[in-house]
Amino acid sequence: MSTTEESRDAERPMDPDARADAEGPTPAETRTGKSGRVPLWVLVVGLVAVLVAALGGLAAYGGQTLPERLGPPVEELAVERTVIAPGSIELVLRNTGPDPVAVAQVFVNDSYVDFTGADEPIGRLAADTLVLNYPWQDGQPYTVSMLTSTGLVIEHVVDAAVATPEPGFEFLGLMALVGTYVGVLPVLLGMLVLPILRRTSGRVVRVLLALTVGLLAYLALDALLEGLELAALSGGAFGGPVLVFLGAGLAFLALTTVDKVLAGRRPDERDTGSAGMRLAVMIAIGIGLHNLGEGLVIGSAYAVGELALGAALIVGFAAHNTTEGLAIVAPLTTRRPSLWSLVGLGLIAGAPAILGAVIGASVDNAGLSALLFGVGVGAIVQVIIQIVPGLRDRTSGRLLDPAMLGGLGAGVVIMYLTGLLVAA
Amino acid sequence: MGGANGATFRGGAGVDHAANGFDPRTLLREFDYGTVSTENGRTVRDWTIRAEDRDIEVAPGVVFPAWTFNGSIPGPTLRATAGDLMRVRFVNDSEHPHTMHFHGIHPAEMDGVPMVGRGIISPGEEFTYTFDAEPFGLHLYHCHVGPLAEHIARGMYGTFIVDPPGGRPPADEMIMVQHGYNTTFDGEGNQLYAVNGIPFVYMNDPIQVRRGELVRIYLVNILEYDPINSFHLHGNFFDYYPTGTRLEPSEFTDTVIQAQGQRGICEIRFPYPGKFMFHAHKSEFADLGWMGFFDVVDGAES
Repeated sequence: MSTTEESRDAERPMDPDARADAEGPTPAETRTGKSGRVPLWVLVVGLVAVLVAALGGLAAYGGQTLPERLGPPVEELAVERTVIAPGSIELVLRNTGPDPVAVAQVFVNDSYVDFTGADEPIGRLAADTLVLNYPWQDGQPYTVSMLTSTGLVIEHVVDAAVATPEPGFEFLGLMALVGTYVGVLPVLLGMLVLPILRRTSGRVVRVLLALTVGLLAYLALDALLEGLELAALSGGAFGGPVLVFLGAGLAFLALTTVDKVLAGRRPDERDTGSAGMRLAVMIAIGIGLHNLGEGLVIGSAYAVGELALGAALIVGFAAHNTTEGLAIVAPLTTRRPSLWSLVGLGLIAGAPAILGAVIGASVDNAGLSALLFGVGVGAIVQVIIQIVPGLRDRTSGRLLDPAMLGGLGAGVVIMYLTGLLVAA
Repeated sequence: MGGANGATFRGGAGVDHAANGFDPRTLLREFDYGTVSTENGRTVRDWTIRAEDRDIEVAPGVVFPAWTFNGSIPGPTLRATAGDLMRVRFVNDSEHPHTMHFHGIHPAEMDGVPMVGRGIISPGEEFTYTFDAEPFGLHLYHCHVGPLAEHIARGMYGTFIVDPPGGRPPADEMIMVQHGYNTTFDGEGNQLYAVNGIPFVYMNDPIQVRRGELVRIYLVNILEYDPINSFHLHGNFFDYYPTGTRLEPSEFTDTVIQAQGQRGICEIRFPYPGKFMFHAHKSEFADLGWMGFFDVVDGAES
């Protein structure tokens, strides 16, 4: 039984009084004496039919009994993607408000432009694409103002116009290379500390695990803030900041399930070695999902011309992510994992950066990015919960002694300082 | 169309003038001399002008909830001769209080401002403004109810012309009222700029004039929220008569600037046939709708 399961057992109510309180009338006693008068499925179907009829009636007639909105229509458009091509600016719009929006005219930097698309009003949550005929200049800022049928102006700012990269093999190859540089290689480099770790005492390993928790906590907070920032840009059509927490919750549950499945395969798991491997896999998955978000940021920033793919970026991310490799191998000090399993762990943690860069560069959707950042947050939180029991001192049972706190603090500080090196 | 060829509405489209109830292409040369009668040997001109709230398509697909004089932006161009008696019966059919304030020389009670004389004309009420046509020149009228800027920006303005005794030399005469639309109603500049009601209208339908003929433009600026406006003519120069109150031009130029309420008369002859632009030489206003074309044709055509 792993330490996590022990702690769960401790949370069960063992107090007999509490048990007695819980023993009210059982479901069996509340049923009518004659069982099977009406089959259960008939009841369910009947209930569903009543609900459908009631909701349908409300939709059809209930709305007519209420007054219209006071004031003008609420018109909101979010720009989900901007594609800048020679002589044109393309905007993918989504109606994030309650009312239809008709884009009547468009002016760019205070000059009306010819455009195609959005011939019909855009309904709630519907999307449409405008293609503006405009002779933009490289690197200049542009304010696109969409004049709606009611005279409202919805603005979208292009900070610096650069031609959007063509999503061809060459570009995807470039993004894959960037993802490898900032994700896979640093993580593998970080794993090189394993031989040194093996020669250290259990106490040092515990401090390292505490350091890992500090690193992960920093990453989680960083990703949370980044995700919320992106969610604010997404217009809130699909929930805005809620998306981050939705992604986090789903990732947390999914990873918990993965953990249980991995644990279930070895019901007689006694040796800490395989438990350590399992923990390493979970940490790798958590970090991998975080690196997916990191890749997203890199890819989308490059696509909109806000990123210099220079040595500073590579070195910064490499230093930042090398510590992630350390975090993955920290639980593996008591066993001798094969080289291939180590490479596998490195790929689990690093390769999502490649996927993220590709997605970020080709999709550039703030809402989706916010959701994926949330996934990274949830994954890391789950991993932290996995690691914490292993920090407990075997003899005293204490969780937080000065060495542990020092490790935690050091993890946060290391991540902060290496984060400063990232010139993105 | 568009791109490097310059500003345009989507697809070069225009608005539905018939639905708007007025057409800048004809309004350009429409002068309302009123109902003429003689009292005690003096020429008297009577008009009835109604304040009306109406939705106007100010750009293709953009509806502006306007307040108007007689349903058009600008309102009708009233015209009299120096010394005539002008009687303007103002009927307020709008849901908002309004007045008519005329530039010119008149008694205080005919000035059309709140708390002076009759003051505000409430919805459903009416009042007749009576005053002498003086001085001769080019003037304007507008609503003067507070908030003043909003009542003007909503479309409550128009031109009145007082001809000098004996009139001016014959010419192809037209009015150009420079104005804008602050469609967001935030009081921060305008989203659309125009002459005579609809942006870009004379780009799609150039103003046809005859080569060698004297063209007289009565140019008025009532633009709200922006400090100045200007008028620039391509390929030509014109004599400019500020406010039209003197019969000698003040300058020979191709560009004039006017603050809100300023106006002047431009007299031009076009020596060359072809299309010549005119627009605000505040280029931002031009790109936001205040531009048009003259199409100069030989005299045989019209």
